[in-house]
This record gives sequence, C-alpha cells and structure tokens, in this order.
Amino acid sequence: MTAPPLLEVRQLGRDFGGLAAVGSVDFTVAPGRIKALIGPNGAGKTTILNMVAGALPPSRGHIVFDGRALPGSAHAVASRGVARTFQLVRPFGDMTVLETVLVGCHLRGRAGWLRSALRTPAQRREERGLRDRALEIVGAVGLEDRAGANVTSLPYGEQRLVEVARALATAPRLLLLDEPGAGLDAAEQHRLAALVCRVRASGVAILLVDHHIDFVLDVADDVVVLCHGERLAEGRPETIRRDPAVMAAYLGEDAA
Amino acid sequence: MTAEQIAQYLISGAVVGGIYALIALGFVIAFGITRIVNFAQGEFVMLGALAMATLSARGVRAPVAFACSVVSVAAFGALLYRGALQPLTRAPALAVLILTIGASITIRGVALILWGTDPLAVPAFAAGPPVLVAGAVMVRQGFWVLGVAAASFVALWWFFTRTYSGAAVQACAVNPLAARLMGIRVDRVGVLAWLLAAGLGAAAGAVISPITYATYDMGLMLGLKGFVAAVLGGLVSPPAAIAGGFLLGVVESLAAGLVSSAYKDAVAFVVLVLVCLAQVLGALPWRVVEEG
Amino acid sequence: MGAPERRVVLSAVAVLVAGAPLAVESRYLLAMLVFIALNGLPAVGLSLVMGFAGQVSLGQAAFFAVGAYVSGVLTATHGWNGWLALLLGVAAAAALAVVVGLPIFRLSGLLLAMATLAFGIIVYYVLVNWSAVTGGPSGLAGVPPLTLGRFRFDTDARMFWLAWGSLLGVLALTGNLVDSRIGRALRAVHGNEAAAAAVGIDTARLKLGVFVLAAAITALAGGLYAHYLTFINPSPFGFGYSVELLVMVVLGGAASLWGAVLGAATVVLLVEALRAVLPLLTAAHGAAEYEIALFGLLLMAFMLFRPSGLAGLAPRAS
Repeated sequence: MTAPPLLEVRQLGRDFGGLAAVGSVDFTVAPGRIKALIGPNGAGKTTILNMVAGALPPSRGHIVFDGRALPGSAHAVASRGVARTFQLVRPFGDMTVLETVLVGCHLRGRAGWLRSALRTPAQRREERGLRDRALEIVGAVGLEDRAGANVTSLPYGEQRLVEVARALATAPRLLLLDEPGAGLDAAEQHRLAALVCRVRASGVAILLVDHHIDFVLDVADDVVVLCHGERLAEGRPETIRRDPAVMAAYLGEDAA
Repeated sequence: MTAEQIAQYLISGAVVGGIYALIALGFVIAFGITRIVNFAQGEFVMLGALAMATLSARGVRAPVAFACSVVSVAAFGALLYRGALQPLTRAPALAVLILTIGASITIRGVALILWGTDPLAVPAFAAGPPVLVAGAVMVRQGFWVLGVAAASFVALWWFFTRTYSGAAVQACAVNPLAARLMGIRVDRVGVLAWLLAAGLGAAAGAVISPITYATYDMGLMLGLKGFVAAVLGGLVSPPAAIAGGFLLGVVESLAAGLVSSAYKDAVAFVVLVLVCLAQVLGALPWRVVEEG
Repeated sequence: MGAPERRVVLSAVAVLVAGAPLAVESRYLLAMLVFIALNGLPAVGLSLVMGFAGQVSLGQAAFFAVGAYVSGVLTATHGWNGWLALLLGVAAAAALAVVVGLPIFRLSGLLLAMATLAFGIIVYYVLVNWSAVTGGPSGLAGVPPLTLGRFRFDTDARMFWLAWGSLLGVLALTGNLVDSRIGRALRAVHGNEAAAAAVGIDTARLKLGVFVLAAAITALAGGLYAHYLTFINPSPFGFGYSVELLVMVVLGGAASLWGAVLGAATVVLLVEALRAVLPLLTAAHGAAEYEIALFGLLLMAFMLFRPSGLAGLAPRAS
C-alpha cells in the first residue's frame, strides 16, 4: 500500500424491513487500484455500491471518502468526486453519445441560468471548452466515430462504454462500476476491461461489483468476497480463486 | 362555544365525512388495482347526483332512482376505464394523468350541456322533520348518508374478505403478475375496480344530493376532498381512507364553525399541503404510493 | 431547432410582428393576436415545466393572477410606475414559486399535480375574499396602461408590439437556455433522473428552477394583461384557466417552445371559432358551455392518439 486509502468503509450495514441485506462490512480502496466486490446474488454488493454512491442511506457504519464523511445525496456525492455506472444502462432519452458525455461534464461548467439565457461570450467560451473535453473523453473510450449517434441505437456493449465515458467526464477520483460486464459478450468485456485498466493507470480508485468471476479476476487488484451481507474473504485474485470457502459459496452458481 | 354547538359541528361533519369516505374509498380501489389515480372520481359523484335529480323529477321513487343512478354511473365508469384507460396501461404516468384530467373535464362539460347551470333540487329519501341527536339537529337525509356509507363499507369488506372474487381482486392489487399466472383475469378485475369506484362515487352523489342540490360543477371540489382523505391513508389503505374521510369532514366542519366559513374549502387543501410537507420531511409513518 | 435556425425564425417573426399592426386593420383581429401572445407566454412556461421537469402543474393560473393583481393594485391603488409594478409582480410570482415549489418538487408526479391544483385554488380564494386589496369578485378597475415617457401603450396595435415583443424575447432567452448546459441538464433529468444525479446534477434544484422560471414568465403575461384590459377580476384566473393552459401545451407538444405558442394560438382561435359558429347551429346554449367539453375531448384525444402533440413530445436536442 503506497497511497493512503481514498475510500474507507467501516462496519457498513443496511437493513430492509428487518432483513439485513448488508450486516457489517469493512474495506478500503486506494487510488490507482481496483477493488472488486464479488459474491453470489443477494450478497449485498449492489447495496454497498448504492450506499457509497449516496443513493441509499446506510443503516449503520461509516463511509469516509478522502478523510471526510460522504454527503447523503447522490448528486452531492458525485460533486465530491465519486462517479458511478448503473447495472442496467441508463441513457438520457434519445441524446447522442456526445451530448450524454457533455452532461457528464456538467460539474465543470459555471454558467448559471442568466448567463446561459443571455448567451454571454464567457458562456459561449465555456460551452466550447466543455464540448472539446467531451470529445476527448469520447475518443478515450474509443467511440469517436459514434459521437453523433443516438445512444439507444448502439449495441449494448457500446452503450456500456458510453456509461463509463459519462462517469469519467465528471473527472472522478473514485469510480464505482456496477456489474459492468453484465450483458456483454466476450469481445465487449475485453474492450471494457482494457478501458478500466487505462482508468486505473490514470490514478483513479475503482470499486467494481460483479458476480462474473472471470471478468473480475482479470482486472482486479484486490477482491472482497461477500456472502449474505458479510465479508467472507479478502485478498489477491489468485488467492481468492483457490479459496475453498469461496468456491463453496459459489457452489451451484454458474461461474460464467 | 357550547357543547351543543360542538355537537352540531361534529354531527354535520360526520355526515359530510361519510361522503368523503365513500369517495376516498373509490380512489383507493381504483388506484390499488389499476394503479391509476382517477381524476374523474368527483365527476362520478356529480353524475350520481344529477341522475338522482332527473329520475326523482320524473316521479321515480327514491330507492329505485338511487339504484338506477348507482348502477348506470358504475357501468359508465367501467366503460370509461375499458375504453379509454386500459389501452394506455403502458403509457407514461404523465400521459395517463392528463387523460384522466381530460376525462373529468369532458364529463363535466357534457353535464353542463345536458343539465345546464341551475342547481337541481332532489327530494329527501324519506320525508320528515329533522331529528335531534345529542343536542344537535340533523336532517333525516343525514341518516341515509351514514346508512349508505356504512352499508357500502360492510358490503365491500364482506366482498373482499369472504368471497373468492374479492380475494382475486385483492391478489391483483398485490401482485398482478402472480394473479395472472394463477388464472385470474386481471383486465377484468380492473374493470370491476372501476365499476366499484364509480358506483361508490355515484352513491355518494345520489345520497347527498337532497342536502346539497345537484350541479354540474359539484364534482371537482368533492373529488379533491375525497382524494385528500384517500391520501391520508397512502392511497392504498381502505380503512385509512374511510377514517380520513370522516376526519376531514369533522375538521372541516369545526374549522368552518370555529374559525370562518368563508375558508371552509381551504381546510382540505391545508390538510393536503400538510400531508405533502410531512411526506417531504419524512414524518409520515407511511409513504404515499407513487405510480409506476 | 438549433441556435442558428432559431435566430432565423425569431428574426422572421420579429419582422412580421413589426409590420402586422400596420397591415391589420381589424381591431378584433389585433386583439385576438394580443391574446395569443399573452397566452403564449404562460404556455411556454408550462411547456418548460412539463417538458423538462416532467411534471404537470395545474396551478399556473395562480401565477398569472399574481402578476396581474400585484401590478394592477400597485398602479391603480398606489400609483406606482407601471414598469416597476410589472417587475414586482414577476418577482412576487417567482418568490411564491420558490416557497411553494421547495416542498412540492420533492413529491411524486401525481401528488405534485394535486398540490399545484390546491395551490391554484387557494390563491383564487384569496383573490376573491381579500376584497380590501383585490376588490373581491367585482374586481379592480382603473389599471393604467403602461407608458414610456409620453408614449402610452393604450391601443391594440401598441400592446400587440409589447406583447409579441415580450414573447419573442422570452422565446429567445429560453431557447438559449435549452441549448446550454442548464438545458442539457434539464433534458438529462427528464431522460433519467437517477443517472443525472449520478453526474452531480442537483435535480430538485433544477426542477424548482424551471418552476420558478415558468412562474415568472406567466406573471409577466398576467401583468401585461392587466395593463391591457385596465380591469381585472378573479374569474378568468381559476382552475379553468390552468386547464386551458394544459390543453395548449398538450396540443402543441410539451418541451417544444414554439409548440406551446402554436397550442396557444390554436386554443384561442378555437374558442373564437366556437363563439362564432355555435349560435348558428343551436340556439339553446352559449358557446362557453361547449368549451369545457371541447377542451376535455381535445385532451383525451391527444393523449390517446397523438401524445406528442402537434410539434413533438421529446425534448429538442441542440
């Protein structure tokens, strides 16, 4: 561990009507590292992700980001530097790829209602800047020849890339990926894995949730295995792969 | 402020409350099963009242006129759902909302054309002078209002809990997909729900019309107030809707008597605003159910 | 439409607006055109709320009334400068929208619609009952026309220029807004609220902003209305007018600014046509009685068969 952890999760728990979806979980994520949360369905992975993203309030425990507690709403968390993707892609109606990523650049703009309505020179300059930045990001995920296409008309794998691009546009320090490999074929998963590694190389901390073991073990630096809302095991991917308890938890699961 | 005055407000409040409870129950049944908030619920009340007025004016005796009014408006409600709303099950909630607003306005507009603007008088179901109850004066029709309300609640309770069809309806409200898999005709149940909701509204209108007269625009206010009462129970709880209706009626009556009668109608809206605030602040022990 | 196309259209319409009163002789026609603009403004406002915040507001008439009455009372009763009073009416409506909107916009669609309905009715009640200030049901007379030095906006032609000038100005400003970062954020919220929040967009604040903007635009129209008619009473500002605005927006297609104006024109013309044609068909009823049923049928017909309105329901991309 060279850098202090950017994200610290301590004794995090969440109940739904008397049932503890997440009991008490601890882990950290450091910049430039990918931490994966894996486990069978119902293990509480997405719940944890939603809590870190500010979309769901925890029932107990603490989430500390960059030394401070996380705010309680999704948009406030995003403005602190935490970006996320969703399990099922969520495009903005029929916006194009470029527009979608432009929306991701929202926080980098300053122009308010008045200046936007009046189209001041400063606002126009800012728009051009935002547009340039969005194009850069679209290029960075490899979709430059799709920039003008409607997101909903793209194959699912590319829609997923747009999701990631949108999240990256917020210039996050922590990126939360919710089942990014879901619904993707092998080639698309490969492309996505390469992108995720590039993001890691740029120093972003990544928390990845998935129940496809193979995708995760390719990409992750550290793995936390969850089962029934509790941490079952933690370690490097190779270790986890050989852990009998982990295999038992996955027994009967299609380790796709 | 004498005890008699308070008793008076309570009694008249309870009578009006019975009406609100009937209307609120209509909202809950329609919403619970079809997930549509029927903006036109108040218009069913109005139609019940106007039908009652028209039939009575032709010499039809009260029980027959009442039955005919309720049945015909119920049928109309079912038809409205089947014809205009059921086809739009997959439309966005905004579109369905506007559609029911349109329906409500159309019904009101047509009623205006057919019946004009003058309020119509309706004879009381049974002749006789007002009665003294606990030191308060209540018109005899008030007994009919409470009686119709009570009978409706009991009949519906019996239907939902003691009959197979009623259980099927409840199943649809809880889990339409599972119900469909069990062989329950969910679309038919939706029609039944609107039949009941419209019937309840019409009953409310018909039984209150001797007291309040029947006019083409009585539906908007009554519908709104019934809605507020239903919302007090989160739009899904029949007992809460009924209780909410009576509560609203009494509070309204007390406010009119103790504060000012000019702002009587404002009470329901103040309650609505309070409920909204409570939901926003998280102070409500339940959540007013949102559509889809 | 994009920014350059919008500029062309606005300029073309501006030319028409400049020349129209010189070409149109009929006072009746001019007055109708003024009403189209005065209805177009609140329609644009509601279109923004419905198309971008994705919510139905059934209380816009209240903001129209606030604009009319604040400006009317300040000038008629207290002798204020017309423009200042107009501005204050707009500010009052905006402030009211903030107060009402803050709690309301955290609610779900239906409850929000009902809450706006309730708000509209409460304002109406206040107007009718607060006779000392508003003149009650009999209304407020003697609202002076707006003046610019010696130039008085007291003819149909002059009000036509003022009303359409305001409408074009608002269209230009809101058009810019729609194309901007704020407009994109609004379209994002409309498209998928959770995803919009996930990129840092404060969705509640944005929706409130739209609501306040719509209230301000609507109040501007109300103020102009008061100075045009020089007499106001509560009856045109009830729930019925909120419904009319809804019909205009549905007809024109929510989230289309020009669609809203088109819808306003259609409704105004339709009502006039009704008034002209119906007495020929039937002696029994006045046209006003058929209006209600007609509006209801239009709403239902459009929702069932043409939900995108005459101009298209999806928010315009830039």
